[in-house]
Amino acid sequence: MITVSPVVYQALTCRQEMPAGVNRKIVVGTPAAIFFHHSKSLKNRNFRPKIFKINCLEPTNIKDPEYFHKVVDCQYACPAHTPVPEYIRLIAAERYSDAYMVNWESNVFPGILGRTCDRPCEPACRRGRVEKEPVAICRLKRVAADFKGEVVSRMPSAPETGNGKRIALVGAGPASLTVARDLAPLGYEIDLYDEQPLGGGMMRSQIPAFRLPEEVLNEEVGYVLGIGGISTHFKTYVHSLKDLLESGYDAVFVGTGAPRGKDLSGLPGRKEIQANIHIGIEWLANVAFNHVDKIGKKVLVLGGGNTAMDCCRTSRRLGGTDVKVVVRSPFDEMKASPWEIEDAQHEDIPFFNLHNPKAFVHENGKLRGMLFEKVAAQYDDQGKRSLVPTGEPDIFFEADDVIIAIGQENAFPWIEKDLGLEFDKWGMPLVDKITFGSTLPRVFFGGDAAFGPKNVITAVAQGHQAAVSIDLFCNGEDLYNRPDPLTNLVTQKMGIHEWSYDSTVVTDLRYKVPHASKSETLTNRKKEVELGFDDLLAFKEAQRCLNCDVQTVFTAERCIECDACADICPTSCITFTHNGEEEDLRGRLNAPAQLLSQDLYVSSPLATKRVMVKDENVCLHCGLCAERCPTAAWDMQRFLYNTAKAGTPCHV
Amino acid sequence: MTYVKPAFRHPEAAKNKLGYTRKEYEGALSTLCAGCGHDSISAAIVQGIFELSIPPHRVAKLSGIGCSSKTPTYFLGNSHGFNSVHGRMPSVATGAYLANKDLIYLGVSGDGDSASIGMGQFVHAIRRNLNMVYIVMNNGCYGLTKGQDSATADPGSINKSGHTNLFETIDMAGMALELGASFVARSFSGDKEQLIPLIKAAVSFPGFAFIDVISPCVTFNNNKGSTKSYDYVRDHLETVAELDFVPLAEEITSDIASGESGRITMHDGTYLQINKLALDWDPTDRISSLTKIHRSRMNQEVVTGLLYYEAERKNLHDILNTVDTPLNALEYYELCPGNSVLQTINAELR
Ligand SMILES: Cc1cc2nc3c(=O)[nH]c(=O)nc-3n(C[C@H](O)[C@H](O)[C@H](O)COP(=O)(O)OP(=O)(O)OC[C@H]3O[C@@H](n4cnc5c(N)ncnc54)[C@H](O)[C@@H]3O)c2cc1C
Ligand SMILES: Cc1ncc(C[n+]2csc(CCOP(=O)(O)OP(=O)(O)O)c2C)c(N)n1
Ligand code: SF4
Ligand code: SF4
Ligand code: SF4
Ligand SMILES: [Mg+2]
Repeated sequence: MITVSPVVYQALTCRQEMPAGVNRKIVVGTPAAIFFHHSKSLKNRNFRPKIFKINCLEPTNIKDPEYFHKVVDCQYACPAHTPVPEYIRLIAAERYSDAYMVNWESNVFPGILGRTCDRPCEPACRRGRVEKEPVAICRLKRVAADFKGEVVSRMPSAPETGNGKRIALVGAGPASLTVARDLAPLGYEIDLYDEQPLGGGMMRSQIPAFRLPEEVLNEEVGYVLGIGGISTHFKTYVHSLKDLLESGYDAVFVGTGAPRGKDLSGLPGRKEIQANIHIGIEWLANVAFNHVDKIGKKVLVLGGGNTAMDCCRTSRRLGGTDVKVVVRSPFDEMKASPWEIEDAQHEDIPFFNLHNPKAFVHENGKLRGMLFEKVAAQYDDQGKRSLVPTGEPDIFFEADDVIIAIGQENAFPWIEKDLGLEFDKWGMPLVDKITFGSTLPRVFFGGDAAFGPKNVITAVAQGHQAAVSIDLFCNGEDLYNRPDPLTNLVTQKMGIHEWSYDSTVVTDLRYKVPHASKSETLTNRKKEVELGFDDLLAFKEAQRCLNCDVQTVFTAERCIECDACADICPTSCITFTHNGEEEDLRGRLNAPAQLLSQDLYVSSPLATKRVMVKDENVCLHCGLCAERCPTAAWDMQRFLYNTAKAGTPCHV
Repeated sequence: MTYVKPAFRHPEAAKNKLGYTRKEYEGALSTLCAGCGHDSISAAIVQGIFELSIPPHRVAKLSGIGCSSKTPTYFLGNSHGFNSVHGRMPSVATGAYLANKDLIYLGVSGDGDSASIGMGQFVHAIRRNLNMVYIVMNNGCYGLTKGQDSATADPGSINKSGHTNLFETIDMAGMALELGASFVARSFSGDKEQLIPLIKAAVSFPGFAFIDVISPCVTFNNNKGSTKSYDYVRDHLETVAELDFVPLAEEITSDIASGESGRITMHDGTYLQINKLALDWDPTDRISSLTKIHRSRMNQEVVTGLLYYEAERKNLHDILNTVDTPLNALEYYELCPGNSVLQTINAELR
């Protein structure tokens, strides 16, 4: 068999007119032989071509809303799919209230999330792939909340007459509050239960005030409760799901979170000593509700997650002068967000990694400290980690108090086991990932109660979906026939080379959010550490956004294959080439397209039988391709994508 | 309207042997009409010089007047440049080349600039065999002055205003061959796979290397009836050979049957791998090449590729037998050795 050399391959596929499209035939032979085979005059002398079939890529279906949605990396990564670039542009235009409302529609708690969100959008942000750091998406959200004007009048309110359906929400965390916000305006009569004195769930009881001021929390919980149609039952622990179901609710939503902190019950010394050993989340709640206002000077915090970070930083504010974080895992593998670790370090808190707790050391019934075994991380072929003792002598750290912050668990002691609501072997309810329904038709789950501890934005996203399900359920509709997202694609063309968005790509590096001084924050546990961007910094940071929602839309019929777009593209996104299988195509574009999570935009065949292939990965959305295109085959079009909320008719 | 190209490039953008990315070879953002063939040629020049790993300061760009002659602003922004008057680029190139033979000279011109006002200059640059690359961005019209027919417009070709060209055409590649040029090629701005290796070969070639690049003017000469439009050229392309420029010590083994392929070794050991597609033509035979050009024209085909190649021709400095050191690097006393030396020379001539 004759193999294909690159030259031959090109000769075959580019120079000769080959039938294009799916399952295109590729003829293999020497170029001259192939030339003769294909040339009009000298058809097929002694050449018998070998014919292979290649599965070419189908033209991209840009009518599928998910295609362009995926290009907006931040929005796609946001569990609630907040239209990030849309609100960032509004901030740049100083339209803070509008920016706030775009957020509020999607994520219900812009002021809270703008301070505390886990920000899955930021690691996804395209900007982080073309320079050092992503756009400060989260802190820009806070700007919208800080600088907004009056917004209550723009919020929905419950109709005068309800729809006659009654819903119980158990727990008043972000998940339940989101369900309430989505259903109350539709006329549902809502009963909201929580054992705590006020709404907010862990946002109130666990997230410390120096990260989230109480006023911000109260304001945004207040917006939800202000819609009307929601009766709150605080300081009311729900003891029985059975009773709840029997009191005639049309549906029950369980948003009770993951309320139990893990302990180190098996560790020597733990049984003997109760005082001065605390469970992280319980201790934080006690601080939040003013039951605890001091701690010893020497504090050990066990754990490397965000709870540990909040515990150590809170300790510094309650009298801890020598606070250590002791973690089993290596520094790089700690679960806490990098910015939380940074903030803890900034407050002079050292980290001791690869230390495995071995025993609580006590004397005369009093805690003295803890013993740790030094371990090293080893990885097997699969990259699975194990921690093996190094054999070095154990380490002793003195301590007045120890805070155990090594994880949270779910617990549903109030759900009777004989109701038909099934749990798995780990005690987690069986919850449908799309509908958030349980095995009991009337009962829905969301937030940490559904799939274990996550974060606020996930709780919100799941609350929205559960609300959609509850609404469908109460209307007797199929829970899987869910409403489509609301999308809109509009050209940004204003003139021949003018766009209605700011297409300039600035080179500014990420701006830092100013902090209050340590002397102020460490002496007052309620003093917010971050001061937030002022309007000027906010504008500059907003300008770093690449407007990934302004899509490059290609019309193959218009293209004359002049190459102008491919030539001008700063990041070499565009290639005109013969079609092929995806892996093959990715390898021979103008720049390597090795990030498989980023799609290739493939056109239908052009006049030369080639296709346009755009790697979406590092497109700057600068609009230059469209500016340099003589035929407007490229256009810049703003794509708005809003996840459907409860009450949106299905398939409009 | 964007006036400055964004600073960011692909994070995995290829680097050449000098560690540079293509960015170091780019120029200012083009102000030519969107879709102009000239911009594609600029991009091919950027790519070619980048791939050859030539330090940008080793290159001098020279041009005349026209849209084509404006392009040096849009490529090789870190190189030397001289934008001369209409049709006079060859004279400036001759002077520069005489003064400093160590630079790589890249002349860029248009069909108006070279085939009309600058014709007299063009022919003498060939005749003298300057060591330079001479690219004509050939759109069959005077783009800059709004699209009047040029001397390379084909008889019968219709321009945008509906006017049919009544005059004979000048085939610049044929003329270069006739005048003794030793590297003659034709290409198409819309075929970078051919154009880039041609540019690389021309830059590496130690004499006058001429490339006539058909380059559609989207605004004034891309209409139906024009023989320099994207559609027409694509429909009538005839390629004499596939060309691969093989840099030194990067030999690739190819499994192409012998007989159809040829290898042209350059003075520095790099070589051109030519895979012939047209069998009625020999790239080292001037007469065969001329015949090929004429026959293709008769058949209304736009013949492209490296049409003619001759390694052993003396360039201007060889002919003049100048010293190895570039003249501009000589000291004053070396260039003007004074009266006594003059007297000696005069005495020898008596
Ligand atoms: C220390 C700490 C810091 C955190 N920091 C962040 C952060 O910065 N950013 C972030 O995004 N996430 C953070 N989280 C996680 C976040 O708080 C939770 O993921 C989120 O609050 C879950 O929301 P939820 O609605 O599911 O439940 P929760 O917020 O946990 O609310 C559940 C509510 O249900 C009530 N409840 C439980 N059982 C009953 C019952 N039987 N009857 C009545 N009421 C009941 C509880 O009192 C509670 O108020 C943090 C968590 C902790 C522990
Ligand atoms: C001495 C002189 N005569 C005439 C002109 C007017 N002029 C400017 S560009 C041009 C023709 C350019 O045609 P070409 O070289 O083909 O360049 P193109 O714009 O088509 O690329 C003419 C005649 C001039 N600038 N200078
Ligand atoms: S650059 Fe802007 S739109 Fe693009 S992913 Fe980042 S924040 Fe989102
Ligand atoms: S908008 Fe167009 S020119 Fe700009 S980076 Fe994206 S594909 Fe390239
Ligand atoms: S610039 Fe426009 S016409 Fe030219 S190749 Fe790109 S899309 Fe096609
Ligand atoms: Mg011209």
